[in-house]
Formats: sequence, structure tokens, C-alpha cells
Amino acid sequence: MHAIQMRGITKRFGPVIANNHIDFDLMRGEIHALLGENGAGKTTLMRILYGLYHADEGEVRVNGQVAHVAAPKDAIQLGIGMVTQHFALVPTLSVAENVVLGYTGSFRVNPQVARQKVAEAAARFGVEVNPSALVRHLSVGERQRVEILKALYRNARVLILDEPTAVLVPQEVDMLFQTLERLRQDGLSVIFISHKLYEVMTVCDRITVLRDGHVVGTVDKAATSQAELARMMVGRETFGVARQERKPQGEVLLRIENLSAVDEKGLPAIKGVSLEVGAGEILGVAGVSGNGQTELSHVLAGTLKPTGGRVLVGDRDLTLADPAQVSGMGVGRIPEDRHEGAIGELNVAENLALEYLGEFITAGMLDHQRIRRHAEQLIAEYQIKASPTDRMRTLSGGNIQKVILARALSRNPQVVIASQPTRGLDVGATEYVRSKLLEQRSRGAAVLLLSEDLDEVLALSDRIAVIYEGRIVGLIPAKEADLEQLGLMMSGAREGIRVEA
Amino acid sequence: MDTFLIGLMAATLRVATPLLMGTLGELFAERAGILNLGIEGTMFFGAFVGFVVGGVTGSLWLGVLAAVLAGMLSGLLMAFLSVRLGVNQHVSGLGITLLLTGLSLFGFRLFYGEPRIPPAIEPFSRLSPFGQTPVLGPLFDQYALTYIAFGLVPVVWWLLYRTSFGLQIRAVGENPEAADAAGVNVYVTRYLALCIAGGLMGAGGAFLSLAQLGAFTYGIIAGRGWVCIALVIFGNWDPVKVLWGALLFGGVFDLQLRLQIIGLQLPYETFLALPYLVTILALAVAGRNAAYPAALLKPYRRE
Amino acid sequence: MLRLEIERAPAPIWMRSLIPVIAVLVTFVLTSVLVVWAGANPLAAYRHFLISPLSSKVSALEVLVKSTPLLLTGAAVAFAFSAGYWNIGAEGQLYAGAIAAAWLGVVLEGLPPVIAIPIMLAGGFVAGALWALPSALLKVKLAVDEVVTTLLLNSVVLFVVSALLNGPWRDPISGWPQSPEIAAGAAFPKLIPRSRLHLGFLVALLVIGLLWFILSRTALGLRMRAVGLGQEAARFVGVSVERTMLTAALVSGGIAGLAGVGEVAGIHFHLIEGISPGYGYTGIIIATLGGLHAAGVGLAALFIGLIDTGAQTVSRALGVPVYLGDVVQAALLLVTLGMFILQNYRIKVISD
Repeated sequence: MHAIQMRGITKRFGPVIANNHIDFDLMRGEIHALLGENGAGKTTLMRILYGLYHADEGEVRVNGQVAHVAAPKDAIQLGIGMVTQHFALVPTLSVAENVVLGYTGSFRVNPQVARQKVAEAAARFGVEVNPSALVRHLSVGERQRVEILKALYRNARVLILDEPTAVLVPQEVDMLFQTLERLRQDGLSVIFISHKLYEVMTVCDRITVLRDGHVVGTVDKAATSQAELARMMVGRETFGVARQERKPQGEVLLRIENLSAVDEKGLPAIKGVSLEVGAGEILGVAGVSGNGQTELSHVLAGTLKPTGGRVLVGDRDLTLADPAQVSGMGVGRIPEDRHEGAIGELNVAENLALEYLGEFITAGMLDHQRIRRHAEQLIAEYQIKASPTDRMRTLSGGNIQKVILARALSRNPQVVIASQPTRGLDVGATEYVRSKLLEQRSRGAAVLLLSEDLDEVLALSDRIAVIYEGRIVGLIPAKEADLEQLGLMMSGAREGIRVEA
Repeated sequence: MDTFLIGLMAATLRVATPLLMGTLGELFAERAGILNLGIEGTMFFGAFVGFVVGGVTGSLWLGVLAAVLAGMLSGLLMAFLSVRLGVNQHVSGLGITLLLTGLSLFGFRLFYGEPRIPPAIEPFSRLSPFGQTPVLGPLFDQYALTYIAFGLVPVVWWLLYRTSFGLQIRAVGENPEAADAAGVNVYVTRYLALCIAGGLMGAGGAFLSLAQLGAFTYGIIAGRGWVCIALVIFGNWDPVKVLWGALLFGGVFDLQLRLQIIGLQLPYETFLALPYLVTILALAVAGRNAAYPAALLKPYRRE
Repeated sequence: MLRLEIERAPAPIWMRSLIPVIAVLVTFVLTSVLVVWAGANPLAAYRHFLISPLSSKVSALEVLVKSTPLLLTGAAVAFAFSAGYWNIGAEGQLYAGAIAAAWLGVVLEGLPPVIAIPIMLAGGFVAGALWALPSALLKVKLAVDEVVTTLLLNSVVLFVVSALLNGPWRDPISGWPQSPEIAAGAAFPKLIPRSRLHLGFLVALLVIGLLWFILSRTALGLRMRAVGLGQEAARFVGVSVERTMLTAALVSGGIAGLAGVGEVAGIHFHLIEGISPGYGYTGIIIATLGGLHAAGVGLAALFIGLIDTGAQTVSRALGVPVYLGDVVQAALLLVTLGMFILQNYRIKVISD
């Protein structure tokens, strides 16, 4: 029996076709994976099903009936719930208030009654939450459970999970899978969006693979293998960048000593972090998001003042330096969020010049010609598809990242701080960014790579540090690293072996 | 008790009434994520419309009703600009203030020409449930609208914290994306919040022209709307704390008047400016800790 | 078959340049309701509004007189807004400049204009900047919202003016609340004899020119735009957000202060209450209509000056209340804001 049938779904964003005549079926009581790389169209398809986007063409049937899903409200009414990567929760409200929001039934809302109802629902579905806690005090895993409970509370029979494991440590993942298994036994259907092959093979019954907005195929788990899925997903065997073996240990260029800092709310976010990165080395910092990486990168970029410890580049103390001083000391910085590094309404040339504005002014006046030539040169060198006068916001994510990369690397920095450098990029751009980082390594720069993508850390790093709750809990050479061990460290379960490398 | 003190307290309640109405209105708008700088003009418009309709129909309550409706219309315009079109809230709010101020003055000139003394009407009479009882008698010698304004404080609190509508307003002002995903219509919620806000602002203006003054003058609002904006921040977006702010402001304002009447040689402007300076000081102290609704000033657009 | 579809994409250039024209037309259509209500013919009213002021030299010069403070407050607001500093306090800063001019104008008694006038301008600029300082410091140091504080200081400066005019500066003979007349040497010379057009107009044009130069040709201008358009990214690339914003706020206040100097030294020759009928607020309209660009601000200020003058013509000729001008200005602002949204859409013809 079909729970959902999507037929010929097409969705365009300007010239880009995100979904091209996609057919997708979901049976009752199955866990169905939607597998594909970033940009394959998985999330778009599901946002259409949930009423966040409107399809340009195509038809959706729910339980065999044609359905018009104009807004999430309609989807909810049809028994469809969605848990996105960015949780849709209001941090200042309690768990109970978040769960009943938009689904209160009556005009009056008694907080006590709401708490009780939510507690009952949590017990019924076996989802562990504290109804009276404020959401802003919850961990990522707990927030995800609130999201799932929210959907179940609305009588969802179909649950869409958009990359639910991306933010979880392996142990939380197991817990999530148990929950999903129980829901399936209750007859619910789950759509599981992922690009992780082993997860898909663990938890799903059927798998639909998307590539470039097309359906490549739908297969039963029993009749396929990880290798076949990988082929379907990428359209070629594998991809990756070739990494040369590490040259002998160079001198230490970046030294972080006992560094501490607080987050936006004033709570300790990094607690006594010490790291050293040598010339010609990539040190990868692995960790689940929200364990202090953001604050660490901000301190190193000069945009956040630490509360203790020191940062040394060469023998220069940059602990309290502002961003201009950090940049001037030969530190190339790639920010976590591209919008943090580029100004959308300014043009490419201006964005490229801003960091080194001193080079482009005489007596306080801008040398427009020099700014333009500088941009043309970097555009050619970094294969950026844009002209100097294009506004930044008209560029694709990959090209924006290339502009930031060009700006950060053009002065041959001795230290490179790269935060989540390939997040949200397509395959081509990802490969390009990674090859550029390796280029810096062979040039002799010290590269600190902060990434939540474990595959990326493994592919690029010479040594891997694991960050958990603001502390470095492990530091191991990359060739000794194995996934299980890293997973345990990332979840704080085990202290790693400190290797003085 | 000292008659001076009782008189001061009674007058404080009176002076605080329009401020309280405007502030509660602004609070509604801001909790939903919209800074409505149209408040000054909306109060002015409410004072004008209330005065005209009250005068023409002879029914002061019809005047109040008309002022509320006029305020809601202003809220609707603000909603169209800031919610539907996503226009910068500072500029659209100020634009509405300028528009409604101009419109009121235009209408006033058409209706009353250029009178030497401002036209007056017989204003609301006061209710004194305690008659001539000492203390309570003079203290509760107030306009019905004053009782209503203070009664609105628990009503607004209840609406915000005990109803689904209030829950939606708070969610929409903090994280509209989350509210949308939960099935809340962000646009409708913000439209409604702005309409209620406008109605309250209009009523605040009408209180001045129909009760406190019984007349309409060009300087009838004289920056009270801006004071309301400050009081919302001063009261940390909480309907009960906002009440204390309005009383404080009303008290200082009236004290200054009384000291002038007594003939105390004080530069009364200092007193008039004092509440503004105190608010700025309070803002400086609250600083980064002020609990601004997270989505304030951010237009919401579903991608 | 052909279909029309609206999509989110930048509108074509010709469409964008038409927007101001359409906005003016829409505004006039909307406000003609008021003209009819006042018992006048809308077409006649708008002829008096837009054409009559320009048909005689006297009234055309009066348009420039009206535009003088508006050019300055518009430039002041545009300057601050460009750096993402929402200065709503140009009105208060104008008054601060006017107070300084009224004081200096008396103190400088006996000095020749070549010395007195630059001091007047400098003093007004400093006074405006000083009045802008508290809000700017609170914003930069403590992250206090500048909209509220600049707005509140607008009210406070009116009390200062009132205290001065009813206290030390009250005219001892007539008892009028007006400051002593400024010295002849401190008064702005007339640009054209027997008109009210004064030196302040040239100062305003100069400021508009400087606005263009700073924003598009200097490092400060690029830093300001960077801060205004993306504060976090600007900070990341090494722009000192605090210093840039502070500079923008103070210069903005200074420019608004110059508008106050012009009104005292060029028009009234003493300080009176209500010396500005909201020029500071109108500056926000002008800066927005002008898209924060110097040329746009200049044109918008002249246009609003025309409407101000025209409103008086309409009032005299047809008996339509002069406040029609205020309504038209505000409506024009709101209509234009709405129309800006159109820039992001284009109509596409699709053939199936």
C-alpha cells in the first residue's frame, strides 16, 4: 500500500533545474532512503512534499489521493512531518511549547496541560525529552528528539528526516536508528535523506538514488551493495584528491597554548585548547558541530577575543590581535560561513581588495584600476566564473568560496585556517578547494583544517585532533586513525592517545 | 495622606494611560518581530479621528471606536509594507508616522480651518466609584479609559502567555522559520499583531483628545509615541514591567508640572528631558543583555 | 500560446529607471483623493504643485531655498545609512548646529565674514557631531540600538532650545522666545540680490559632491559600504567596524548641524522654536528616495523642495491645506519603498 506517490515532479530555480521529472514512491511501514550528493535534489524534493516549495510540474498523492500541499500546514494535515538539518525550534520557548506550537487545538493554552500532554506523547512513542526544559538549553541530540516528537504529536504517519545523522555522534545515531525501527513497527513510514552509504544500508528497506535532479534508480537493500550505490550516486567509481606523503617535520608555525573562549551567551566554549601546526602540515580538527569549532576559528581569525591562553604565529603573539593584524601577520583565513567572509552587495573586485585595502589606496583615495587588475588576475588564477564588477551575491556557492580562497591564499600566508571549507559545495568545487589546501601544504604553509566532515579530515590531514565540548580529546597521526576510534572520541566516550608528533 | 501625594498619584495614572496603551500596542508588534515606528503618527491619527468622530456624532465612545479602527488601518498599512513587501522597518514606520501626521493636519485644516483657539468638545467625565472617601476617592477619580488601559495589562499578559495566539506571536518574533515549519502562518500572525498594536495606539491617541484634553492640538502627542518605543525596551518586552515604566514616566511628567505650578524656580525643561535621559541610561545599562525578540527587524520570506 | 509569468530576478535596467517616475504618478493619483475632498481639481492642483513654482524666477529660487536644508539633512542621513548606522536623529543634530550658530553668530561680532563664516560652519558641524556622539558611542561600545537613542535625543534637544529661549536668550525687550540677532559679519551672504537664496545652498551642493566623492572614491567610503552591507564580513576582512561606524555617525551629525547653521545664518538670523519643521525626518525620505547615492539624494532634495514650495502655491491658489505637501512626501516615500521591491522581479513571456 502506498503512503506517498510523487509523479513527474519538476522544480526550477531560475536556470537551474533542481528536480527533473522525479518519480518517488513510499510504502506504508517502510524506511526509504533518498540517497545522493549535495545538490542532487533530495532536499528540494522533500521540501516540495512538505509544502515549503511548490513544484513547477508534477503530482503528489497521499494514500492514493491527489494532494495539494501549498504550505507545511497542509502537509501536517495529511500526516506528513519533517525534521530538517537546521532544527525548526524556537530557543526561548519550552519543549512543550515548541511541540504544541501551531497545533494547540484550542485558543486557551494552559502550560501545565501542554506539558502533561507532551509528556504522555513522549512516553507513547518512546522518545525521551523533558517537556519543561527550555530548548536553548538542550543538546543537539535532544533537540532532534523534540523535532521528531513534534511531528509525531501532529499524528504524522510519514516522517521526513533530512540528513538526521549529520549533527549526531555515532552513539546518538544508534539511538536514532532504534527509534526509527520502533516507528516502522508501528506502521509509520520514514523517508531518510542521506549521503552516507553505510547508514543507508543499515537502517533502510529501499533506496532511491538521485543525481543532478534525476532519479537514477530505486533498489531494495537486499539486492544491492555499497559499491553499487556509490556508482549510482556519483556516476563514476570514486573521487578524491591525491595526497603526497608528508615531508619531514617542519618548524612549528602556529602554536595555540591553553586557549579558552566563551560563546555568544558568555558560556565557556573552548576550554584550554593547545595545538601546534608545523610547516608543510595539515592538522585536521574533527568533531561534531557545536563543540567549540566555531569559537576556535573566530579566535584564530581575530573576530573573537579569547578569555585565556595564547596564539603564536611564528614567534609573534597574535592572542589579542584584531582581524587586520592577523591577516597582516600572514594568516590566510577561510571562514566557516561564506556570508561571514564575503559581502553580497559589493562586487567581486571590492571583496577581493577589502582585506588588503592598504595596498590599493594613495592618500586615502581608492586606486580603482589597481583594484580591477588585482581582481582580474585572481579570477584567472583561481578559475572564478565571474567578472570583477559582478555583485558577489549573484555568484554560485562554489564561486563565492573560490573568491574567499583566492583572497586568503593570494598573499602566500604561512598559516592557513580553513573552517568547513567545502560545506555545501558541489563535487567539483569541493575537489578544487581540497586540492588548493594540499597545494598550500606542499608550499610549506601550516594548515589548520576545522571540519565536521570526517571523510574530509581523513582525506587531507597529516594528523587529526578531535574536539569535544571545547577540549581536544585526542590527537593521532592520520594513518593510525580508524573510524570507530574517532567516533568514540567525537562522542566523548574515550580519550585518545596523545601523540607528540 | 498628603493631598499633594494623592493628587500626584491620581494624575500619574492619568498621564500614564495613553503611554500604557501605546506601549502595550508596540509590545505586541515587537514581540511578533516588527518595530513599528509608525506609533507616533498612529497615536496622532487616533487623536484626530477620535476627536472628529466624537465631535460629529456626539458620541465619545464612537470616537474611541473610530480611533481604534483608524489605528488598525495604520497597522494594516505597516503590515503590508513590512510583512508583505518586506520593506525596511525603520523607514516604513517613519514613513507612516509622517503620512498620518500630514493626513491628520490636512483633515484638521479642512474641518476646522485655522482657529485661534483649538476647538474643544465636552470630554469624557470621570468615574469615581469611591465617591468622596478620603484617599481612595480622589485616587480612583479616573476616566473609564484609564481603567480599561490598566485592565489591559493582565489581558495582554494572558493573550501572550496563555493562548495559542500568544504562543504564535512569541514564536514568530523569535524564529519565524520554525513557526512556519510548525504550521503557523507567519504572515497572518504578524498582520494580526500589527492590527491589534495599531488599535491600541489609536486608542491611546483618542484618550488624549477625548478625555484628558477634550481638544485637538498640533502638539497633542508631542513625542509620546517615541516614549512608548523606549518603554517597551525599558520594560524588557514584558507587559507587566512595561506597566511600571509607564507609571514612572507618568509620575515624573506630572511632578514636573506640579512643581512648576507651585512656583518652584526650576528649569522645567530639565524635568521634561529627564525621562528621556533615564531611558537612554537604562538602555546603556541593559546594553547587550536586552532581550530583543530575535527576529525583530528581519523580514520573513519563505524561499 | 503565450503566458505571462512573474519571476524573482533583477528587473531590466529600463524598468528600474522608470520606477521613480511611476512612483510619482502613483503618489499623485492616490493623493488626488485628498485634493478632491478639499474641493479642488486635481489636475489644477498638480499644475500649481509642480509647474507654477518653476514658472517665475522668484518662486524657482524659493525652491532652492527650501531645498538647502533638505540637501544637507538628506546627505547626512544617506551618509550614516550607507554605513548601516540608522541615524534617525538628523532633526536633533540640526538643532544642535542651529544653537551653535546662534551663539557663535553673536560672539563673533565685529569679525569680517571671511573669518566669521568658516567658524560658524565649523562650529555647527562640531555641535551636530557632538549631539550625535552619545548615540554613536552607545551603539559602538554597548550595542545599544541607535534608532531609539537618536530618536529620544531629538526630543531632548527641543527642551534644550526651549530652556535657552525662555531663559538666558529670551528677548529682553519684546519678551519673545528668540535669541539675539547674529552679527552682520556672521550672516551668510545672499547669492542673488533680493532673493532669500544664501551661501548655504552652495555649501549644500559642496556637501553633496563630497558625499559622492567619499562614498565612491575613498577607502573610508568603501569601508563604510562594507560595514553597511555586511557587518560581520567587514569585520572578518579587517575593517574596524566600530571606528567606521563612529566616523559615519559623527560626520552625519556634523552635516545635519550645517543645515541648522544655514537656517540661522541664512534665513532667520536668530534661533527660534520650530526653526525646522521636520527637515531631519524629511532627510530620511530624501536619502531613501535617492537610494543613498549622492546624485539621487540631490535630485530627491530638489524635488521635495519643489513639493514644499508647490504646497504653498496650491494652498494660496486653491485653498487646499498646505499639509498636502507633507502627505505627498510621505506617500511618495511609501510608494517608492513598495516599488523598490519591483526591482527584484521581472515579467517573463512564456510560449507553450
